[in-house]
Amino acid sequence: MITVDPAPEAGTEARTGSTPVRAPRKRKRQWLPYLLLLPVVVAELLIHIIPMVIGVGMSFLELTQFYVRNWTAAPAAGVGNYRFVLQFDEASGKALLHSFWTTVQFTVIVLALSWALAMAAAIWTQHAFRGRGLVRTIFLVPYALPVFASVITWSFMLQRDNGMVNHVLVDQLHLTDERPFWLIGDNSFWALIVVEVWRLWPFAFLALTAGMSSIPAEQYEAAAIDGAGVLRSVRWVTLPNLRSVNQVLLLVLFLWTFNEFTVPYTFFGKSAPEQADLISMHIYQNSFVTWNFGTGSAMSVLLLLFLLAVTAVYLLLTRKKDVDA
Amino acid sequence: MREPQWFVWSRRIGLTLLCAFALLPVWVMVTTSLKPLGDVQGEFRWFPSTVTLDAFVEMWRTIPLGRYFVNSLVVSVTAAVASVALALLAAYAVSRYRFTGRQLFSVTVLSTQMFPGILFLLPLFVIFVNLGRTLGIDLYGSRPGLIITYLTFTLPFAVWMLVGYLDSVPRELDEAAAVDGNGPMGAFFRVVVPAAMPGIIAVLIYAFMTAWGEVLFASVLTDESTRTLAVGLQGYATQNNVYWNQIMAASLTVSVPVVVGFLLLQRYLVAGLTAGSVK
Repeated sequence: MITVDPAPEAGTEARTGSTPVRAPRKRKRQWLPYLLLLPVVVAELLIHIIPMVIGVGMSFLELTQFYVRNWTAAPAAGVGNYRFVLQFDEASGKALLHSFWTTVQFTVIVLALSWALAMAAAIWTQHAFRGRGLVRTIFLVPYALPVFASVITWSFMLQRDNGMVNHVLVDQLHLTDERPFWLIGDNSFWALIVVEVWRLWPFAFLALTAGMSSIPAEQYEAAAIDGAGVLRSVRWVTLPNLRSVNQVLLLVLFLWTFNEFTVPYTFFGKSAPEQADLISMHIYQNSFVTWNFGTGSAMSVLLLLFLLAVTAVYLLLTRKKDVDA
Repeated sequence: MREPQWFVWSRRIGLTLLCAFALLPVWVMVTTSLKPLGDVQGEFRWFPSTVTLDAFVEMWRTIPLGRYFVNSLVVSVTAAVASVALALLAAYAVSRYRFTGRQLFSVTVLSTQMFPGILFLLPLFVIFVNLGRTLGIDLYGSRPGLIITYLTFTLPFAVWMLVGYLDSVPRELDEAAAVDGNGPMGAFFRVVVPAAMPGIIAVLIYAFMTAWGEVLFASVLTDESTRTLAVGLQGYATQNNVYWNQIMAASLTVSVPVVVGFLLLQRYLVAGLTAGSVK
């Protein structure tokens, strides 16, 4: 146990004059914070930094199934892996580009729907009414359930012959005669969106509810005195106050959705249909089905660069607006 | 503020629909788990034709569910405890000291949390396989190997959430402990940790939950003897028959502890999860 006698307060003050009492005491022991950080820094090096560096290195190697177990023997590929995955007129490049666009569309739609649902629900539950606590708890259930358990349930609900959704659409409502497939073909993209929104919107709801709870009631009272109704007080009080919450929330939702793996993997099993081939699944399948870790790593590096670029631009744009405002 | 009638009605309808959307899979999960096998092979039924607990008995025999359960439990508990123990020290430093590199540390931790898992999976897989071949350290397919990879996501958010909780413990407590003759580490263990205990438990539960539901690493880095629930449940569907009633019974069984834990600690978890976006 490290114990160092705290410096006598009077003496400290005499030495440093007007500086706050606490600052010099902490400065004297500046090695302590580094000691405290050491375990996490070592762990971060071992599990994040070093694997990332090695991953970048792997993207320049011909790391096929023959060399995965003996990577030092893998021949150098230069930028060959990058050139290969970016050949958009070849089958593999086309597939990557297609997967990328699918992911972009998926992310935009999921974000818009999740945010809209969460915003509506947060506004509806902002002021107390009977049963509000129960409703809020129910909204947390999709977020609390383990993803693999709830998504397996969705895949059962969306089975063609014995699923709940087709039972309602075809047998009970008679909307179509033909039983649609939901886990393959064009429908699979929309099915995946519904499942992802179901899973994600409660988190947005949590964040927005927390943000709204810190809006001072006086602002709403002032708006009401000015004759603002519900919609106008949302427009002029709620939304401006949620600016910083939304700024972070949308970025986090974007990164999560864009990188989503667990939902499509559980939903479709090892091979996703082409129409719902999200980028993480695409890289995963490419690496572990064809056993080409070189091209897989090249795709991961490109994905990271894309995410970093989007994040940087987003932060720059939203900060600029702050200055203007 | 007076709420107009249309708002009250839109709220009733909207919230009812959203609750139905949220609970629909729960309904299907619970009712299906109580159905006999015949009920899940034909047309979907909203209610079981006869209520039976057979699925809950047979699910242990169709796949080695008990083994998967133990694997998930060992891996998730260890990953959660290890990440919280490491993160707690770092969070104390970040929360209570202003030192060179503090900003760099926080930004690094926050950004690695946002990186795609696949970025770490490929190199970790290759490192594990090659360590096994050259040094005889068998991390590939082992529980310790899986625990190490789970730290890649439990550690960053544990640091992030714990900084938030420790920030909310008033500095006056540290100072009072110092006056009582405690050094900084004495103050930390005797005063700050007990005061932040609800938050620490919330982070433990949350880390446990994410590890419990992890699929990406487990799908590649486990073998039959170390497989976790998240991957193992797929086993019911690769048999000749798809035992949907057993899948739902197993899903329900592995969900209950997590959901109950989450809902009990709702208050603390919500505060910690949303701290990042509200600040």
